[in-house]
Amino acid sequence: MPHIDLPEDLPGISAGFAFRPGTAKPMRDLAHILLHEPNSLTPGERELIATYVSSQNDCYFCQASHGSVAACHLGSGETVKQVKADFESAPVTAKMKALLAIAGKVQQGGKRVSAEDVARAREEGAADTEIHDTVLIAAAFCMYNRYVDGLGTWQPRDESMYAQMGRHLAEHGYRKPE
Amino acid sequence: MPHIALPEGLPGIRGAMAFRPETAMPLNELAEILLFGPHSLTPGERELIATYVSSLNDCHFCQSIHGAIAAAHLDGDEELVRRVKADFQHASISDKLKALLLISGKVQRGGKNVTPQDVEQARSRGATDVEIHDAVLIAAAFCMYNRYVDGLATMQPRDEAMYRERGKIVAREGYVQGSKAYLPSPAGAR
Repeated sequence: MPHIDLPEDLPGISAGFAFRPGTAKPMRDLAHILLHEPNSLTPGERELIATYVSSQNDCYFCQASHGSVAACHLGSGETVKQVKADFESAPVTAKMKALLAIAGKVQQGGKRVSAEDVARAREEGAADTEIHDTVLIAAAFCMYNRYVDGLGTWQPRDESMYAQMGRHLAEHGYRKPE
Repeated sequence: MPHIALPEGLPGIRGAMAFRPETAMPLNELAEILLFGPHSLTPGERELIATYVSSLNDCHFCQSIHGAIAAAHLDGDEELVRRVKADFQHASISDKLKALLLISGKVQRGGKNVTPQDVEQARSRGATDVEIHDAVLIAAAFCMYNRYVDGLATMQPRDEAMYRERGKIVAREGYVQGSKAYLPSPAGAR
């Protein structure tokens, strides 16, 4: 049961958003800009970073929902599974592996990111904006994950629900439809 | 030295925000609502939560600037800010705020650490659901801001006077207005 009186029947972060629309708006905007708007990293790549960090934080709702968005962008869920299990041997680019290593460091704490981690990403072709966005996606999911779990939100074990949510978010992004 | 080429002369999160104004906008709007906008918790109380979490995350810039903003809201009481960081259970703050700080500390370690007992204690001391929600979200948000600031290795001066001065400005103007001095004016309608 959620820790506070959240609207019923809304899973995960949707319940927090409905409870407090004022804070929902900048949180949705941030996700939309980081994950959905045009970027030199593909939406699939950015969703993989979000999913990996959510998995490291053990947030069921966020890794299931963003894993589904990533699977939609990538055409299948296989890469998502492999990235969560062991990204260094997953079928992603060398640049993505270097960025996922940075994201994993950020999840443990910002100071963990070393000059060597950043040099590796740069050698594999990562631009400063891509390194910036990787750090901020990882940091932001340390917020979203704690928000979802810290309120004790309802997180159904229902793959078809996440698949449907993933299709919607992959197509429309994160801003609330007006 | 920062990990990427951030604009010079802007310490901490300000350099990162000037590097990427698009994401700076929602980051400032979120801080504005959580810490500065009208609320049943005072701005000083909310800044104490932000400072405490930043201190647990060992982020020098964030605990210094939010500690300074908290002090500015609390009639310059820097000693109270130090007490909250060192041992909030023995600081002269309300029992309700102590219960909310306890929840914030749990969120800092991971959202699942918050127990029904933690929440019940806060409620029995008069905390509303919105206050509990916002304590959770302030703590969660500072787990983001702190990682953003440290993860880019931003410049974080050891200069108390700088933080004190900046703290007064943010306490007076808030985050959105206070960011206009270092962010380019937004393109388009926003």
